[in-house]
Amino acid sequence: MAKLAYERPIINRISAGIPDKFGMQSRIRPIPQIEGLSVEELMKKYGSPLFVLSEKTIRDTYRSALKAFETRYPSVQFAWSYKTNYLDSVCRIFHQEGSWAEVVSRFEYEKALSNGVPGNQIIFNGPHKTRDDLEVAIENDSLIHIDHFDELYTLLEIAGKSATKPKVAIRVNMDTGIYPRWERFGFNYENGEAWDALNRIMLSGKLDLVGLHTHIGTYILAPSAYGMAANKLAQLAINLARKYNHHVQYIDMGGGFASKNTLKGAYLPGTDTCPTFDEYADAITSALINSEIEPDHMPTLFLETGRALIDDAGYLLGTVIANKRLPDGRRATVVDAGVNLLFTSFWYDHQVVPAVISSQHTENTTIYGPLCMNIDILRDAVMFPLLRPGERIVIPRVGAYNMTQWLQFITYRPNIVLIDTEQRVHVIREQENQNTFQTSERIPQYLK
Amino acid sequence: MRIKRSVAVSENGFVFDSSTGDSFNLNGIGREIVELMKNGLEQSDITQKIIERYEVEPAIFEQNLMDFQSMLRQFNLLEE
Ligand SMILES: Cc1ncc(COP(=O)(O)O)c(C=O)c1O
Repeated sequence: MAKLAYERPIINRISAGIPDKFGMQSRIRPIPQIEGLSVEELMKKYGSPLFVLSEKTIRDTYRSALKAFETRYPSVQFAWSYKTNYLDSVCRIFHQEGSWAEVVSRFEYEKALSNGVPGNQIIFNGPHKTRDDLEVAIENDSLIHIDHFDELYTLLEIAGKSATKPKVAIRVNMDTGIYPRWERFGFNYENGEAWDALNRIMLSGKLDLVGLHTHIGTYILAPSAYGMAANKLAQLAINLARKYNHHVQYIDMGGGFASKNTLKGAYLPGTDTCPTFDEYADAITSALINSEIEPDHMPTLFLETGRALIDDAGYLLGTVIANKRLPDGRRATVVDAGVNLLFTSFWYDHQVVPAVISSQHTENTTIYGPLCMNIDILRDAVMFPLLRPGERIVIPRVGAYNMTQWLQFITYRPNIVLIDTEQRVHVIREQENQNTFQTSERIPQYLK
Repeated sequence: MRIKRSVAVSENGFVFDSSTGDSFNLNGIGREIVELMKNGLEQSDITQKIIERYEVEPAIFEQNLMDFQSMLRQFNLLEE
């Protein structure tokens, strides 16, 4: 007689009156393939853990964002936020799609140049630009977004001696009704500081004031906050037109659109709460179009959207190392990818799913990384099936901030591969090895 | 290792412990094991019965059984 298919024995407590946080038991949906390629095969070939990026998703997402704005506003320009993911291949995809570059350091600035971005299509943001950085940016005709008065004074001083008039914008911080308010960057709107900075720039005659910029925060769930911010920048533009008959060329709304990841402590999953590009576009463009800016002088709308453009395109793949039972009865599953690779697990309850499953039976599980550290928790309290050592896991939506903020700690950082639009796989960043470190370390003679 | 007498198991795997009021869910094989335990079978006999009927390596099943029984203990379903 043929034997029955086996499934391990399971017992779960029924907690009456305490429904699942999301109102229902969500079914586990495994992710066996990415862009039609088997997760198992990818890892056999490129190792575990492994970051995978989908070029198709990057391009599709970018195009849908662009469409949302272009159908509502006459002139729109995206600038890729380098810090969100500055792998050269990723940047080049965005540049191919028409994105300029938004950088916040010399390192990122040089990366943008080496990716072929013309100097006058680089936006230089950030609170730390050295005198030398500013001189180089002026020489290249880049757009310098001034963060504070000290930077403004340095610029005025350089401009006095320079042949080219620096192109500048100011960064404005403001109350948009959301918390936390990002007030440490730029000049404040409500207390008049931003207007003060603009007057100084205009009266100096030494700087070419081309734009106004704000970045109101990140993972902003309220499109209305953008409406309010666009309103305030429009008001500054109107005041400049009135007082100086000067018309700014662009209004830059920064980044901050939410992605579909779920913030820690959020009651509903990010897939339910994340506004669409259309909703953000509606709020921003309505505010600009309905403002008193004269129709002939409508500024170009700049956007520095980061996470919302790339999160969905990235996957982290890993392998189960072991299962154990914690003293309080919870199951723990240890995998080979930890918080060193998944920095965003400090903010998000990342979805973690098996590549394949044999059973829908799940158990309350904590998923640990491989580091010898108590904080190395990829995911707390998730309903997860039991996987055996060697079986694969997939963490979707990790394209933003992980491949830049990851830490080289305890282990080598793994390969990153890109699946192109024809399903070819390219290693776009090689796994580290001893060599990676030996090239930059120096051993004093007496220790040799 | 014995299941407490206050523990009742229904045919579809619903478990109720009348001494605590707690209730639980078992999958099919979990229910079979609890039944076997209630009938007083020892570990080795349970393993024998299961591997006769199911497609599973004895070593794997023994690990799973150990883990399962540790959950029964955790949930306070075993006699002290
Ligand atoms: C100035 C600026 N622009 C754009 C971004 C991108 O933000 P996000 O990834 O939230 O869209 C950031 C992120 O911190 C930023 O500081």
